[in-house]
Amino acid sequence: MAVTPDDVRHVAQLARLEIPEAELAMYVDQLNGILAHMEELRAVGGAGAAAQAESTREGMRLRPDTVGAVPLAVPLESFAAAMRDGFFLVPRLATHEAGEES
Amino acid sequence: MSASLLDAGAAAIAAAVHADASVADQVVATALERVRSTHEGAQGLNAVLHRARAEALTGALPDGALRGVPVVVKDNIATLELPTSCGSRMLEGWVSPYEATVVRKLREAGAVVVGKTNMDEFAMGSSTENSAYGPTRNPVDRSRAPGGSSGGSAAAVAAAIAPIGLGSETGGSVRQPAAFCGVVGVKPTYGRVSRFGLVAFASSLDAVGVFGRTVDDAAIATETISGHDVHDATSSDRGVPTMRGAPGSLDGLVVGIPREYFPDSLHPDVRARCDRALDALRSLGAVVREVSLPHTALAIPVYYIIAPAEASANLARFDGVRYGLRAESDSLRGLYDGTRARGFGPEVTRRILLGTYVLSAGFYDAYYRKAQDVRALIARDFDAVFSSGVDVLFTPTTPTPAFALGAISDPYEMYLSDIFTVTANLAGIPAMSLPIGRVDGLPVGGQLLAGHFQEPQMFRVAYALEDALGAEAHR
Repeated sequence: MAVTPDDVRHVAQLARLEIPEAELAMYVDQLNGILAHMEELRAVGGAGAAAQAESTREGMRLRPDTVGAVPLAVPLESFAAAMRDGFFLVPRLATHEAGEES
Repeated sequence: MSASLLDAGAAAIAAAVHADASVADQVVATALERVRSTHEGAQGLNAVLHRARAEALTGALPDGALRGVPVVVKDNIATLELPTSCGSRMLEGWVSPYEATVVRKLREAGAVVVGKTNMDEFAMGSSTENSAYGPTRNPVDRSRAPGGSSGGSAAAVAAAIAPIGLGSETGGSVRQPAAFCGVVGVKPTYGRVSRFGLVAFASSLDAVGVFGRTVDDAAIATETISGHDVHDATSSDRGVPTMRGAPGSLDGLVVGIPREYFPDSLHPDVRARCDRALDALRSLGAVVREVSLPHTALAIPVYYIIAPAEASANLARFDGVRYGLRAESDSLRGLYDGTRARGFGPEVTRRILLGTYVLSAGFYDAYYRKAQDVRALIARDFDAVFSSGVDVLFTPTTPTPAFALGAISDPYEMYLSDIFTVTANLAGIPAMSLPIGRVDGLPVGGQLLAGHFQEPQMFRVAYALEDALGAEAHR
């Protein structure tokens, strides 16, 4: 299950990471080196052990389904990159018509 | 007076401030002066990234267990007055709009935050060399790494800048640097301490931890920050027991030694220091028994699937939209990609790639689901040992003493330095490291592990062992 340069390009795209072509080979080598050590897990049984552990312990605890606002010491505008009328501003999606910022 | 008082420990400082409130100003001023003096020169520690301003600190401090006690806080724990940059360019200069529960609890006990400490970027690393702001040096030997990722807090406490520091753990990031720097480091049970305000790395593993120069300092701090928090759904509503205690007999207590933590490859001098500590435990009345945790060797592969997988999701929020770095672009996609390329360093990038890969279509079952199953087997190993009558486990904290800065370049070799610590995070149990001696002048840590929510038992052994070893713990 060796990682290829195309795999790294694919996961970089999924993760919204810009990987320069010059660094691609390094990440391919490093991911293959790391994942080689993961192969030893295949020889181990234990299928379903995680699900069983969840059912035998206290289980998933749920909190009340209510919105609890975190009191902020400063307004959002003080740390947002760009805001207007309470909304965060970003460039238009490429699929939208060209025009002023949304 | 205040210089020696700062060296005396948290309880002594709080008592002195209780008797004379003006002492707090002197102690805090001394701590801030040590931040400055230890930072100077080419061999400066670089332990503290953001130093508090003296005039903003003391005044009417709450009369709690930590009144007037200077503390340092890892740079991924939210504070209102000082930046929380996570050792990353992504959050350079960013000041949180809210405060972590653990910081609030320290302040309500009277503690004074004197600085935010250096760390591997987003807590990903074992040496503090992955910080965007340069590595921290080990105060014991400045050519050595202090460990990581909480290396700044460990170094600051070891250099006596503050008696107490906060760190965070995902796979050993408090205990490993505590061992390397010769101080005490505690990872509480998962759920014992609120994670609200701790910048998330791997949410099922993350825990806020504590550094102290002594077991007593660490116990006071751990007790102070423990307890349920409505802002953290994973925090336990169990009551907080007394963790602070005193050295005493360990008559009848059963200490397990897991054979998997003493491999043939273990540094012989590390083994010798462990043997000395075990002799001390026997002399205190403890029964030492060999046990087995058979899935131990799989902990690193399991950890390096689960932690990057969770990190890849948690770090998706750093996209340049709401806060932190923004790389301007004329497209939304360009803004995302450019911001993350500029903001993240190589180790964070590597782990996001790895985590995204193991979660991607076609690989999820082979890697992530498998790792979760083996994680359950690792937890089951601990359950079996603790239910067989073993009260605590004793192991070395790390396979070797502190390595030289720059000595390890292979990512997986670096990951192996956590081999004895990641299991406690995977199982969610409490664990701590305390000094048990030195090898060639470098500190060696001994690790104690206990069952879920058994911190009092763990501290009971730690107090006794620290007292029995005495000065030998630092020789």
